[in-house]
Amino acid sequence: MFEQLINGLTQGSVYALLALGFTLIFGTLRMVTFAHGEVYMVGAYVGFEIIRLLAPSFMLAILVALAATALLGVIIEILSFHFLRDAPHVTSLLVTIGISILLINLAQLIWGPETKSIPYALLDQLDYGEFEIWGVYITYLQIAVLMVTVLLMTALYLLINKTKLGMVIRATAQDYEAAYAMGVNVNVVFSMAFAIGSMLGGVAGVLIGVYYNLFYPTMGQLYGLKAFSASVVGGLMSLPGSVVAGLLIGVIETFAVEFGASSLRHMISFLFMILILLFRPSGLFGGKELIQARGD
Amino acid sequence: MPRALRSILANLPYIGLLALALALPSLLGNAYYIQVAIFIGIYIILVLSLNLLNGYIGLLSIGHAAFYGIGAYASAKLMMEAGLPFILAMPAAGLISAAFGYLIAKPTLKLSGIYLTLATLGFNMILFLVLQSWMSFTNGPLGIMGIPQPSLFGREISSRPQYYYLILALVLLTLFSMQRLLNCRFGRALLAIREDQLAAEAMGIHAARYKIQAFVLAAFYAGIAGSFYAHFVKFISPDSFYIYESFILLAMLALGGQGNLVGPMVGAAVLVLIPELFRFLQEYRMIVYGSVLIVMMLVRRQGLLGGKNYSLRLTWFDPPAEKKYYRGDKFLPEE
Repeated sequence: MFEQLINGLTQGSVYALLALGFTLIFGTLRMVTFAHGEVYMVGAYVGFEIIRLLAPSFMLAILVALAATALLGVIIEILSFHFLRDAPHVTSLLVTIGISILLINLAQLIWGPETKSIPYALLDQLDYGEFEIWGVYITYLQIAVLMVTVLLMTALYLLINKTKLGMVIRATAQDYEAAYAMGVNVNVVFSMAFAIGSMLGGVAGVLIGVYYNLFYPTMGQLYGLKAFSASVVGGLMSLPGSVVAGLLIGVIETFAVEFGASSLRHMISFLFMILILLFRPSGLFGGKELIQARGD
Repeated sequence: MPRALRSILANLPYIGLLALALALPSLLGNAYYIQVAIFIGIYIILVLSLNLLNGYIGLLSIGHAAFYGIGAYASAKLMMEAGLPFILAMPAAGLISAAFGYLIAKPTLKLSGIYLTLATLGFNMILFLVLQSWMSFTNGPLGIMGIPQPSLFGREISSRPQYYYLILALVLLTLFSMQRLLNCRFGRALLAIREDQLAAEAMGIHAARYKIQAFVLAAFYAGIAGSFYAHFVKFISPDSFYIYESFILLAMLALGGQGNLVGPMVGAAVLVLIPELFRFLQEYRMIVYGSVLIVMMLVRRQGLLGGKNYSLRLTWFDPPAEKKYYRGDKFLPEE
């Protein structure tokens, strides 16, 4: 049981990372991006290539994936938002759908449609042990995934709440015109927010890619959509909300499989989202207080 | 000139197009080309139904393939297990699809803009997953095979040209019914809601009710298209109704333009034809769709033929009214 909880938390922490990126982007730019799952996929493939070609180092893979997905995020932001700020909501959304289709098919051209894995010889060098607590086996990789996630969430919390950039992002999220009038370069802030959100997605890709050791072009689709529902469940604008919702969905999914409802597994997040939309559109914790991580 | 003659002259372009459409199978000859034409017909109905939502009332649905899928499965199941004849199974499939449309629309239309869009996405995903995992009913990812051929009035429909004429009839029926619907109070109300919901409500238009009606109608048309698809291809699997199918429909609508009846048809035809005409593009089909979406949104948001009013008014059925109201008008005529 405890083992399943750890599995669920590992899975859920990755949903939470993706959902955080989603929420940050929606909170700041007020646009829904459908390319988030594909940013995750690109992050995973970048990590895969780094481990395969350069060095079997988890940290290096994450760092390079961070840089690559930040760049990708800026490109997506320019294409889908920068030129279309005055356009209806729908327009940006359709562009991100286009980008998502494009990225999946480009990945198919580059890496082929088949599933790739890191060779075992390299995997062994990633230090894949497991240890036992109270009769439960936990792999170091699970610990690493959880640690990286907690680290990133803390970093994001500090960034949003304690730094000047965070303040600027919060101000832009509240009212970008007012922020602009106060001398904030909102264009840069939009790009930054998108880049940070994409970086979270990219890291999630490396984590899950290495965790399951499966890389394929459509790997981001279901994850992206699930993270998206986690973000909606969390309230679409609340960073803590999306973390809780992501973890919750991960744990519920794992327990659904444990109790034999494995066919329901992928449906849970979407059912959850529709129920929330119907009965509590403002999210689990209610309130529309933007990306306020603190309860002020 | 007698009125009948005048009507014929005024409708000459339509008569020409209709004659072309009727003669198409013999002009094309090749069975494969006719099949492409049939697929264009299926997509025309689908994109027209999506246009009802995205173009006329401004509700972005990104899960329209769900209703297409419901229609396909319902029709196949009704014919194979309930033994219904095709002529009943097809409208029944449309009605079942419409019923689902009602179930989705009724609670979610309270939500505004983006939340509704998210709900349609969630519904599409759930439907796909249900189709995939409900082995006993849908046969899961393997899909349903050996769907019977349709037969109409005692005649089996089996050859490509026969299927072509069936879909042509369905497309014409769709066009005719939509044209009539959109030019009566209903259509004008939809436009009024799209332009300014608050103002429309102030004029006494029950916006929520019209939105639900439009949603149900769109689901009905999509269900009909699904039914035809099932009996034409004779094999359906959940993969055909994944959100990607919805995205393809959105790309077609974005290319052709929305808010009139011509744009969606052009968009559907062009995007079905492009991969067929340029065989080397076959492999990059989805790349074409993705790029079309991005480029159209950046360069010409309203689509190739969007933002204009291409009247499909047949003067034969619909003599010009004394007083003309235009589609862009913010006010509604008294009835």
